[in-house]
Amino acid sequence: MDVIKEDQVLDCSGMLCPMPVVKTSKAIKTIEVGQILKMIATDPGAPPDMEAWSRQTGNELLRSTQEDGKFVFYIRRSK
Amino acid sequence: MSKSDPDAPKRLALIASKGTLDWAYPPFILASAAGAMGWEVGVFFTFYGLTLLKPKLTAAVTPVGNPAMPMKMPFGPDGFQNISWPIPQLIMANVPGFNALATTLMKQTFENKGVATVEELRQMCVEMDVRLIGCQMTMDVFGFKREDFIKECEIGGAATFLEYAADADVQLFI
Repeated sequence: MDVIKEDQVLDCSGMLCPMPVVKTSKAIKTIEVGQILKMIATDPGAPPDMEAWSRQTGNELLRSTQEDGKFVFYIRRSK
Repeated sequence: MSKSDPDAPKRLALIASKGTLDWAYPPFILASAAGAMGWEVGVFFTFYGLTLLKPKLTAAVTPVGNPAMPMKMPFGPDGFQNISWPIPQLIMANVPGFNALATTLMKQTFENKGVATVEELRQMCVEMDVRLIGCQMTMDVFGFKREDFIKECEIGGAATFLEYAADADVQLFI
């Protein structure tokens, strides 16, 4: 896999629904359009929720993966 | 106006009608999640749900009459925490302080698992400009005043909510 260089990291480890999407929506507003947010979560509900969140908000989910037992998402702010 | 303007965000309209701790979660979880997705959200707090707009939340839970509610301990090893204690309703109904105990256990379990508190979720909703509408009729019935509720909420009636809900994409009664 290509390496994606994030501009900001948000760690939502230990948080359950709906906090990962709520925190992500706040964090994405703090970066510039085109920049990339890396979000880390441990909630197994996060992968489907982040896909739905990106479809609904129009922000691009570049990658959804698992690293060291955690869920890692790379999201590009698109507007 | 989501129906007339195709570029308008989606809209969620909720009715929160229950004031216990377990039922306080669904409206605030859905409202904050929808707000996070860029939706417009309005919640109409009516009957017992109205108390969720008080500055200090005192929502409690009662296992009595909630026969499917698992009674679990928030401490000890995982195997112990996963035990669902079979406490008969008759005992729960008659032991003084049982509701307070159950409320404490549920709050502790939620905190341990990483669930936000109802207060935190409500604050998220306020920050995301969720419309929080207190029911005027319920205020009149139970003798509440405007100053009994958080300043961020507005007060309205059925027509206020229905007009908002008429243009909503999702409407739920909780």
